Amino acid sequence: MQEIKRKYVVPGDRIIEGNFRPLSNVTKSGNSIFATRIGIAEATRDGIKVIPLSGVYIPRVNDIVIGKIIDHSSLSWQVDISSCFSAHLPAQDVFGRDFSPARDDMNKQLAIGDLVTARIMAFDRTRDPMLTVQDKDLGRIPRGEFLKISATRVPRLIGKRGSMIQTIEQATQTRILIGQNGIVVVTGRNAEGTQLAIRAIRMVEEEAHTSNLTQRIKTLLNVPEPQSTETHPESAEPEGQKLNSIPDTEEQVQEELGKGDIE
Amino acid sequence: MVQTRNLIDEQGIRTDGRTMDELRNVKIQVGIVKNADGSAYIEFGKNRIIAAVYGPREVHPKHMAQPDRCVLRCRYHMSPFSTDTRKNPAPSRREVEISKVMREALEPAVMLEDYPRAAIDVFVEVLQADGGSRCAGITAASVALADAGINMRDIVSACAAGKVDGKIVLDINDVEDKEGSADMPLAYLPHLERVTLLQLDGILNQEEFNECLDKALQGCKMIYEIQRKALIQKYFGDEQELKEES
Repeated sequence: MQEIKRKYVVPGDRIIEGNFRPLSNVTKSGNSIFATRIGIAEATRDGIKVIPLSGVYIPRVNDIVIGKIIDHSSLSWQVDISSCFSAHLPAQDVFGRDFSPARDDMNKQLAIGDLVTARIMAFDRTRDPMLTVQDKDLGRIPRGEFLKISATRVPRLIGKRGSMIQTIEQATQTRILIGQNGIVVVTGRNAEGTQLAIRAIRMVEEEAHTSNLTQRIKTLLNVPEPQSTETHPESAEPEGQKLNSIPDTEEQVQEELGKGDIE
Repeated sequence: MVQTRNLIDEQGIRTDGRTMDELRNVKIQVGIVKNADGSAYIEFGKNRIIAAVYGPREVHPKHMAQPDRCVLRCRYHMSPFSTDTRKNPAPSRREVEISKVMREALEPAVMLEDYPRAAIDVFVEVLQADGGSRCAGITAASVALADAGINMRDIVSACAAGKVDGKIVLDINDVEDKEGSADMPLAYLPHLERVTLLQLDGILNQEEFNECLDKALQGCKMIYEIQRKALIQKYFGDEQELKEES
């Protein structure tokens, strides 16, 4: 397959001409592929896609999200996942098959205002997203500092194989939970560490597309110049390749949630 | 129409010092309303306009939601201090109409079917009005939509042309709009080469109409370059091309 250069695009830009498969945020018209979002166009083995740089969260099946319980009916909770659709978490999912609205008090398990990590079980054009907490490390979040970032910044905050988030966690002695919808919960041993972590996360959000970000985060967090080969090579790379590290976030987030267990 | 003065002098220079096919100064800034999902500020001659986009978000009232696509709602509003005599802030007949044509000018560019059961709200607030505020408003709104990360087939660029002193000129300003003989706002999708808005206030013959249309299209293409630059500037800073080291 012919290689194309990664390039900056705005909606309507022709990315490439020829027989390529359109992946995400692109549209095929005639024999050309056009961008539909502002971002970085990229050709992979599977096809052409644009990595978007702005936009609200649109749910996808199997995403791990963090949501807030805003209401409940007799059979399900309603969860705000900071998207244009509010999600449902069925009571049976929490109580098990023998749930009875008459016997079980839903407020005992999840009260209004609680935060939960959940997986999107089902979602399509016609129905609101359905959540499940039936997985390892999903469920109620007992404590932590809540902040919202743009969902398009989540991959950058996690970094290549979790490098960015690990750097922040280690330097500030905190645990950071990230949902694909851009909601972040930080729990730390002390207030200073938590505040520092929040400042670092804010900085990643604001400067996500700039080069050498890992290095500046380390300066902010006072990380000593390391021999640790884990994160260093990334910051030495030119920007183009570094941005390569963005996607494959689902596994990364799962991994993140896997180790981010709060006891 | 009785003309009190010449709007174009012997050298072909207009009242504000422009030539016949010159735009007014256009400046666009992206992302100036932090609370909005996307926003833009445009200075189009003496026009000062803010456009803010919210969404896709939940539709209220719920019965407005469409099962197969998103609803696009536009509001064009002139603030009371935008003109020399105070403008009543209540929506006037003119503002309701402009809101509607603005929505229709933007709709073909936005991929509404990607966001079923949701709504996108576009607010266009005129802080200072000069002629051609609907074109400036559409231009800013389309940049704001792109800033909000909404899937779009193309950017919408808008520009007017018209007839003044018997000549076809680009980008009509306030004086030329009031005293000239025709004003033709046009919105255009530069990549898809489609016209999404065409209004005409005045009388043109076939030849004049064709010349006017050509001129307005040229204007839209110039506007598009400015829109694109403003977006690239916001997201990628000064570098216009991605540097690749292979």
